[in-house]
Amino acid sequence: MKYIDYVQLSPLEKFTHKLSSFFTNLPKHIGNFFSAIGRFFVRLGKGIVNGFSNYGTRFSKGDGATKLSYLVMGSSNIVRGQYIKGGIMLLLEVLYFLFLFTFGFKYLGKFGTLGDTPTQSNMDPVTHRMQRVPGDNSMLILLYGVLTIVVTIVFFVFYIINTKSAYHVQKLSESGHHIPSFQEEMKQFGDEKFHITLLSIPVLLISIFTLLPLVFMICIAFTNYRPPNLAPNNLFTWVGLDTFREVFENKQGANMGSTFLALTEWTIVWAFFATFINYFAGMVVALMINKKGIKYKALWRTLFVITVAVPQFVTLLIMNQMLQLDTGAINILIESMGGQQVNFIGDDPLTAKITVIVVNLWVGIPYTILITSGILMNIPEDLYESARIDGASPARTFFSITLPYMIFVTTPYLITTFINNINNFNVIYLLTNGGPTATEYYQAGHTDLLVTWLFKLTMSTQDYNYAAAIGILVFIVCASLSLITFNVTKSAKDEEAFS
Amino acid sequence: MIKSYKTRRQIANGIIYAILAIMGVIWVSPLVWMLLHSFRAEGGSSVHYLLPKEYTFDNYIKLFTETGVINFPRWFLNTLIVAIFSCIISTLSVLMVSYAFSRLRFKARRPLINIGMVIGMFPGFMTMIAIYYLLKAMGLTQTLPALVICYSSGAAIGFQISKGFFDTIPRALDEAATIDGATRNQIFWQIILPMSKPIVVYTVLTAFIGPWTDFILVKIIMGDKIANYTVAIGLQTMASQTYIGTYYTQFLAGATIVAIPISLLFLKMQNYYVEGVTAGGVKG
Repeated sequence: MKYIDYVQLSPLEKFTHKLSSFFTNLPKHIGNFFSAIGRFFVRLGKGIVNGFSNYGTRFSKGDGATKLSYLVMGSSNIVRGQYIKGGIMLLLEVLYFLFLFTFGFKYLGKFGTLGDTPTQSNMDPVTHRMQRVPGDNSMLILLYGVLTIVVTIVFFVFYIINTKSAYHVQKLSESGHHIPSFQEEMKQFGDEKFHITLLSIPVLLISIFTLLPLVFMICIAFTNYRPPNLAPNNLFTWVGLDTFREVFENKQGANMGSTFLALTEWTIVWAFFATFINYFAGMVVALMINKKGIKYKALWRTLFVITVAVPQFVTLLIMNQMLQLDTGAINILIESMGGQQVNFIGDDPLTAKITVIVVNLWVGIPYTILITSGILMNIPEDLYESARIDGASPARTFFSITLPYMIFVTTPYLITTFINNINNFNVIYLLTNGGPTATEYYQAGHTDLLVTWLFKLTMSTQDYNYAAAIGILVFIVCASLSLITFNVTKSAKDEEAFS
Repeated sequence: MIKSYKTRRQIANGIIYAILAIMGVIWVSPLVWMLLHSFRAEGGSSVHYLLPKEYTFDNYIKLFTETGVINFPRWFLNTLIVAIFSCIISTLSVLMVSYAFSRLRFKARRPLINIGMVIGMFPGFMTMIAIYYLLKAMGLTQTLPALVICYSSGAAIGFQISKGFFDTIPRALDEAATIDGATRNQIFWQIILPMSKPIVVYTVLTAFIGPWTDFILVKIIMGDKIANYTVAIGLQTMASQTYIGTYYTQFLAGATIVAIPISLLFLKMQNYYVEGVTAGGVKG
């Protein structure tokens, strides 16, 4: 459709056109997303090749001092008067090699096997007492090995910066330009290089406390770090993809495979209900509150929003108390009305699952009200007017205008909520802690989600490699879901629309 | 039966009022129940009736005076300290990172944004074992600084919402300031930040509330060192099988004390919150 045709459409037609083009373009968007991934790797490869060829060119064109910088960092800068900058680079190199020889190599050398000397108990020949001879600690070898690799990568970046800077000052001095002093260069960090100032500390913190642990855990997924191979007393080692295979297998009475499948199924069912029931119900309530002629809108809103405001762990712990058999407030209420007590979360798997979903309605509906109220009021009034003129009933208006519009506008929010629900640790952990217990599952209860199972595998049975593998699988699902949405959404592309 | 438009609308509104009233009661009653029972005079564990028979302030007084096993004031103080420090660090790092990603242009920008998003998608506590051993190697386990590090170090991963906000500030402002000779450093602190009050408030409040509601990390880092617990893990301990029998009403009192300031903060900032969430996650 040409733009001129589009402009002449009525609001309703414009809207339906936009909506249909959104859905018809969805496969194209998804296709684009995968080709974007392909292009990314091609670009990455090209970048690396270019980087190395530039590295070589700089070396061949460099004079003696520049060439020396390839071995002794900062020498070109020092020769040309940038003493502080060159000195810092030299210091970095010295520190790095000190780190490598006193610490890094010790762990990096054993990184391939994760250690070969197990801890042993020997009889001391003199005292005749059992003596513990500590061997290799696979866990520390892996952790510090990864640390050394990360440090090496960071050092490599500085090394490349050093060679660039070496060649740069050489050219400056050859062409007779002024060579900036240390103070002048520092000033740049408040202006042209301000991004480095802003990013360096956060990136450093993230690298140490998020990225490093993450790489470590990803590595764990490819080892057999689980009982009986627990550090520090026993060694564990690389096993390739075995862990992932074992997650899908039923072996030696440990029903890993069937547990994994059952919990995956429940996680998806849970995420689906928790997302969409909350979404629709919340929207209906929001519409009721915002309806013309309804008074005390602020009061109704506050009634619901206050449950979002109270910290979730408080409300969930309270809910857990209220659902208890015999003493829980809800059962007392049922009994006082002449009903039978219900064991909501302790006995029947289906009852427990339904209870969890219903309690999550209580948690989630106010949240949807909070988020959607504003958007609902932004739906163009003329859409409703033309519908009213056409004689549409309120229900018809809801399903034909409100709902499609809302889904269209809030798709990214819905997907994010869906992912958050897959990872919804709090509700399950605090409400049921996975219960009722399931003997046919491996270390999991009937309402356990993959993430709470992951938590149990880490904390109680120390099946670290399984936990890591499950974490990676959950990540793959969530990452593909959200990457697709982020690429589909306009907001990702139009980030500069306002600038 | 033909009714006028007006009566039909009145009936419809009446039904809506009824539904809203019933739902309102359902939604608020657990909180009212918590509040009432936190004042319950009859001690001991849970009771077999809905409303308390007598009311007292004793539960609150005991919570702050009997600090032998359950040291609530200490936990409260711990949480306050951790919250203040991690709030300062995380607010700064989130704002710095999102500003750099939003308004500065440099080669590594796109790759870094993508890496940040990918890291953010791993289940958070997958890494807690590694973090625990890292902190242990630094000799920080079972201390409060460890908590501050944990809460604030990864905070910058959540840059998206404030980046979305910074994206909406016209670039012409930066350009005008540059022409007037301002450095980027000055533009950030003196022009953009003062204009970004909503997102600064939002970031400060979420960073401040975080430590009050997390209990997983504290549990792993503090282990059995009860003195260094925060309120969230403390309340969870009180609600556990071992303690709930004795501390039932005090648990409710503690829950109320934590819930009130946080709820007030949230109610105050709800508009910023909605703006923040919808800015990043909703198509316009």
